[in-house]
Amino acid sequence: MSEQIHVPTVAELVAKGEKADILFWVGCAGSFDERAQKITKAFVKILHNVGLNYAILGTEESCTGDPAKRAGNEFLFQMQAMANIATLNAYEITKIVTTCPHCFNTIKNEYPSLGGKYEVIHHTQLLQELIDEGKLTFGEDPFKGKKITYHDSCYLGRANGVYDAPRRILEAMDAELVEMKRCRKNGLCCGAGGAQMFKEAEPGNKEINIERTEEAIETGASIISANCPFCTTMMGDGIKHANKEGEVEVLDLAELVAQAKDL
Amino acid sequence: MQYREQILFIIVLSVALYFFVKKIQKIRRNIFLGKDETISDNKPERWKTMARVALGQSKMVVRPVAGIMHIIIYVGFVLINIEVLEILIDGIFGTHRFLAFLGPVYNAAIGFFEILAALVFVACVIFLARRFIAKIPRFHSPEMKGWATADATYILIIEMVLMVALLKMNAVDQVLQDINADHYIAAGSFPVSYYLTGFFEGYSESTLVVFERVFWWFHILGILFFLNYVPYSKHLHIFLAFPNTWYSRLQPAGEFDNMPEITNEVNLMMDPSKADPNMPPPEKFGANDVTDLSWTSLLGAYACTECGRCTSSCPANMTGKKLSPRKIMMDTRDRAEELGKAKDENGADYHDGKSLHDMISQEELLACTTCNACVEACPININPLEIIYQMRQYQTLEKSAMPQEWAMMNSNIENNQAPWQFSPSDRANWTKEI
Repeated sequence: MSEQIHVPTVAELVAKGEKADILFWVGCAGSFDERAQKITKAFVKILHNVGLNYAILGTEESCTGDPAKRAGNEFLFQMQAMANIATLNAYEITKIVTTCPHCFNTIKNEYPSLGGKYEVIHHTQLLQELIDEGKLTFGEDPFKGKKITYHDSCYLGRANGVYDAPRRILEAMDAELVEMKRCRKNGLCCGAGGAQMFKEAEPGNKEINIERTEEAIETGASIISANCPFCTTMMGDGIKHANKEGEVEVLDLAELVAQAKDL
Repeated sequence: MQYREQILFIIVLSVALYFFVKKIQKIRRNIFLGKDETISDNKPERWKTMARVALGQSKMVVRPVAGIMHIIIYVGFVLINIEVLEILIDGIFGTHRFLAFLGPVYNAAIGFFEILAALVFVACVIFLARRFIAKIPRFHSPEMKGWATADATYILIIEMVLMVALLKMNAVDQVLQDINADHYIAAGSFPVSYYLTGFFEGYSESTLVVFERVFWWFHILGILFFLNYVPYSKHLHIFLAFPNTWYSRLQPAGEFDNMPEITNEVNLMMDPSKADPNMPPPEKFGANDVTDLSWTSLLGAYACTECGRCTSSCPANMTGKKLSPRKIMMDTRDRAEELGKAKDENGADYHDGKSLHDMISQEELLACTTCNACVEACPININPLEIIYQMRQYQTLEKSAMPQEWAMMNSNIENNQAPWQFSPSDRANWTKEI
C-alpha cells in the first residue's frame, strides 16, 4: 500500500473543532514494540479502510498502569490511572477501542471507580461488529480451508468473558478454526500476564510460552491467531524455540484481517 | 431397659452436637479474623450462583468422571441423611421405623436410599483407585503429603463404612421382619441389603435383635463421629461450599479492586479537592497475615477440599514453578487455625507475631501470571488469586521486595510513561511509518 495514511490525534481534531467517534488506545506495546507496532498499523489500516472516525492520543497517551498494579504497586497504578483519566475526561472521550487486552481490562474495569467511565471495547469486538454491520467484507474466501488456531488471552477470555468475537472473525474469513485442547475458559496463559512479561520467569522445568506454543503447533495449524501483543510475542518466541519459523506464523486478528483485505 | 437406651442416645446425641457447635463457633471466629467486608449487593445473582455452582454442581462436571462420581456421593449424602432424621426420632422416642406409616412412599424411599448407598460405596472405591492406583498427579503434589492425603483417605473409608453399616442394619431388620419379631414392623424395600440377609440366617431372634441394635448404634455413632470429624477436615466443604459460592465475586475476573486508601493518598498529591483530608493514612498496604485478608478469603480457605483442580490448571505449576494455588488455600487455613489457637490461649487481642509470609514464599507469589485459571477451575468459586495478589502488594508496597526488573519497569512507567525505557515523545513515531 503506497498511499500515506495520516493518523489523527485527538488534540489535532479538537484544534480543528472536530471530534472523533472513537478513541484508539494504542498501548505501550503497540506504540513501542516492533512486533506489536505491526498489529497497530494493521488495525489502523482497517480503520481507514472502513472509514471510521477515530483518533489516537499520541504522545498524550501513557501506560494504563496495568503491569505496575499486577506487580503489586497500587500507588503507581493509581497515579497512572488518574493522569490518564484526567486526559480522557478533558477530551470528553466516551468510547475507546484498544488492541491490548490488558489496557482493555484496566480501562474497562479498574478506571470507573477512579472516575474514568467509558465504553471500552477490544479491537476484535470492533472488527466483529464491523463484519456484522456489513462494513467489513472479504473478497473470495481469503483463508478458505486454511487451518488456523486461536489462542485465548487471559485478559480478554477468562478475565472478561470474550470468547466468540475473535472466533467469528476467523469464521467470516472462511478459515478452518482448529481449537487447542485448552481453549476458551480453560485456555492456557502464554506466560506474560501479571507483569511476568517484564521479568525472568521463576525457576521451573519449562517456560509457559513453550508449553502453550507446543500445544498450538500440535493442532497442525499454520497460523496461530492471537488478540494480545504480549501473547503474540510469547508465542512468536515459542515458535522460534521449536524451530518452526517459516512453517507456523503467529498473527494478531487485526493482521489477519488486513492480510485478507490486502491492506 | 428400653428407656435406658433412649436416655443413652439422647446423651450421646447432645454431647456430639455440643462439640460440633463449639468447633463451628471457633471456625466462624477464625473466618472473621479476616477483614470486615459487607457483601449484600445483587442478591438474586448470588442466590443463582449458589444454586448453580454449589447445589447444581455445575463446575464439578467440567471434569466428567470425577464430576459424576462426586454427584453420586453428594446426592447420596443429602438424601440418605433424610433417613438419619428417622434414626434420630427412633432413638429419642424408642420407636422403630417411625416414618413407616408413609407406606409405599416410605418403601420406595428406603429402596432408593439402598441403591444410592451402594452407588456411593462404588464411587468411593473409584475415588480411592484414582488416588492410589491411577495416581492422578494432582493428588500427589508436595502439599498433599501427610495429613492432607490421610484426611482424604479417612473420609472415603468412613463413608464406605457408613454405607455398609446402613445396608447391614437393613439386612438384619429384614430377617427380623420376616420372622415377625416383636417391634420390627414390616416396612421398607431392600433391593440391595436383600443380598446380605444370608449373613444373618440361622440366628435366634434375640441374637438378631442384638445384631440389629449394634448396626443401628454403629451407624448413628458413625454419623455423629463423622459430624465431629468434618470441621477438622477438608470435608468441611460440604457446608461451606454454599456460603462460599454465595459470597463469591460477581465482577469480571480481570477486575482487581482499587485500594481506596491509596486513592485518597494519590488525590492528596494530584487533586486535593477530591481527597478526604480527615481519612487516616492507611496502616498497612496489602496482606501480611490472615487478618489483612478479607474474611471471604478465609471462608474460601476453610471451604477448600483440596481437590487440586486449581493447581493442575495453573500455568506456573504445570511448568515446574513452586506456586500451587491449592497450597495457598491450605496455608491460609493452617495460618488462621494457628492464629486462632494462639488467641484462645492468650486472649483475643493477642498476635503471635507470625505471618502468612512465613508459610508462603516470595518465589511462589512471584510465579503467578494472574491468569485466573485457578479461579475458573475451582468447583466452588474459591479465589486463590486474591490472596496471592494481596500478599504481592504487601511485598511490593511495604517491603519494596521485588525483582530488579520490576523495579526498573516501575521507574520506566513513572519516568517514561511506558514499562520500557523509551522516550515518551517517541510514542507516536509509528504513525510516520504507515
